[in-house]
Amino acid sequence: MANARPTSGGPATGSAGAEPPLLSVRNLSLDFGSPKGRVHALRDVSLEVPKGRIVGIVGESGCGKSTLASAIIRLLAANAEVVGGSVEFEGQDLMALSERKMRDLRGRRMSMIFQDPMTALNPVRTIEAQMLDIQYREPADEQEKRRRAIAMLDTVGIPDPANRLKAYPHQFSGGMRQRICIAMALLVEPALVLADEPTTALDATLEVQIVNLLKRLQAEMGCSVMFVSHHLGTVAELCDDVVVMYAGEVVESGPVRDIFRNPGHPYTQALLACDPGRIKQKTRELPTIPGEVPNLVSVPHGCIFKSRCREVHDRCEAEVPGVHPVSNERHRAKCHLREPGKAATRAEAKA
Amino acid sequence: MWIYFTRRLFLALAIVAVAVTLLYVMIHAVPGDPASIMLGPRATPELKAELRAKMGLDEPLPIQILGFFGDLLRGDLGTDVFTGREVGQIVFEKVPFTVTLIATSIGWAALIGIPLGCYSAIRRNTIVDKVTGVLSVSTIAIPSFVMAIYALLIFAVWLKVLPAIGAGAGGLLDTLTHLILPAFAVGVSWVGYLARVVRASMLEVLGENHVRMARAFGLPEKRIVFRYALPIAVLPTITLMGVGVAYLLSGAVFAEVVFARPGIGALIVDAVDSRNYPVVMGCVVVTTTLFVAATTLADLINALLDPRAREG
Repeated sequence: MANARPTSGGPATGSAGAEPPLLSVRNLSLDFGSPKGRVHALRDVSLEVPKGRIVGIVGESGCGKSTLASAIIRLLAANAEVVGGSVEFEGQDLMALSERKMRDLRGRRMSMIFQDPMTALNPVRTIEAQMLDIQYREPADEQEKRRRAIAMLDTVGIPDPANRLKAYPHQFSGGMRQRICIAMALLVEPALVLADEPTTALDATLEVQIVNLLKRLQAEMGCSVMFVSHHLGTVAELCDDVVVMYAGEVVESGPVRDIFRNPGHPYTQALLACDPGRIKQKTRELPTIPGEVPNLVSVPHGCIFKSRCREVHDRCEAEVPGVHPVSNERHRAKCHLREPGKAATRAEAKA
Repeated sequence: MWIYFTRRLFLALAIVAVAVTLLYVMIHAVPGDPASIMLGPRATPELKAELRAKMGLDEPLPIQILGFFGDLLRGDLGTDVFTGREVGQIVFEKVPFTVTLIATSIGWAALIGIPLGCYSAIRRNTIVDKVTGVLSVSTIAIPSFVMAIYALLIFAVWLKVLPAIGAGAGGLLDTLTHLILPAFAVGVSWVGYLARVVRASMLEVLGENHVRMARAFGLPEKRIVFRYALPIAVLPTITLMGVGVAYLLSGAVFAEVVFARPGIGALIVDAVDSRNYPVVMGCVVVTTTLFVAATTLADLINALLDPRAREG
């Protein structure tokens, strides 16, 4: 095989460096068929997940972040169709793989944690049966697989794992079930974990616990995580890099510190302004972003955020903005204002 | 599990007791006096009163019912007013024929209907699925007695490959050949019905989150279907089959009459015709028990398959 799996010399820490990224999504576009016409749910989405790093995908509900995760592992609804772009993972284009080869990757090189732990586990099979099932490729005997399952349940903080293994999902609380799902996702020792809003269905205390758990385990195991969330605080806490999505497009991406300290896109700025945790003054009304997400059946010309942008100007109307660096080469935003030289011009114009 | 089992058993007994009491009251509220029927229109009032006293009919209704249950516990279902034979004996002579017919009908319907529904769900919108759909609805729409008459006409009268009437003179092969046509007629609409139900419930389960999760782990599709989806998808089918047994207890009447098969259905028809109340009551007790036994069995199978039901 020409595309041998890149040899990983232990977990990569910090910099992406010269090593090729584990996952790189390039210009991915995806449509959903609907009675009202084709919904262009993802348009020209590009991002990278470097080895051993946690990349957060943030955005409002319906911005396409969960669709993106489903598209990567190719578990999309029947009415979804990838209309362009590629998803390169460990040297192969996932969008071009046969279903058989794709299934071979699932649960081996990549795994997924789902949003709702209450429905993610099979209700009529024991935790043991499900945890042994996902190891079906392993040559180890049942005893060994059971031992691994118990060890992993112990790692994620399930008390008395040897006995609890015989229990059914409904005998666990929501937080415990999500821990089990995380244990399963990591048990197969994947290179990439797709976490699709794993804390959304949990209350705030549990959310913190689950995020800390994920962070600890990711550091121990050295896998990469794509963490989908609408919660900025969680992303700031957990992720190394952030990708901000709006209405099916990536509007800004970069290292977490740069994005939170120096947001380059008006949408990211507005989003951060709306985060209750960051509001410093006492207020009776929580800030919101006025307006609504555009209709994705007939995508408007120009910038996708123009109808809600505070800094909209004539160029945004007709011209799709390019992707420009903000704080540094890795921190980029899709906005006319970030075009080199242009920000200054606009500031002058204002004056 | 055992707690659930015993609780369910007591519940079943209670249901039988309540149902039989209600039916006893209803049957005895119907105008017509067994003593008058038995002795004929010319009997003297003294003679009738004497017989009533002998049958315990002069007692108040609650005492009669208690007496009836007392007899029932001793295994005594009373005596046939016409022949003087034990009702229990008459009924239990016929029960095996009806139970065999119903079990065979539901059995073959499940063996064909469930895999067919499962296949239709997995290969949705293929030709097999569409043909199954059309055939299912057709067999559901055709009443079982029409099916019985045509089956009789084609296989017994024209082709002469299968016996037309009766239940056979004993012997396994004879019993089986006499069972084929009635079981076909009674069960055929159930094939379609079960196929439809399993298909719908399978499609629902295959769309559930846990199936998506199993797919996200790359589990083989065969394992997902047989271990993850089908055990959940058949749960409503099992409940349905339990209720179906009750439905067939009456549905079998047609088949037993058309094929001149001995059985509870035919017995009830005769007994009601001749106002043979003790036999009617005996049949009612047995069919009620069979019905409750079938639904209880369905619940127990459900509990075995679904851990959530055990705790409910």
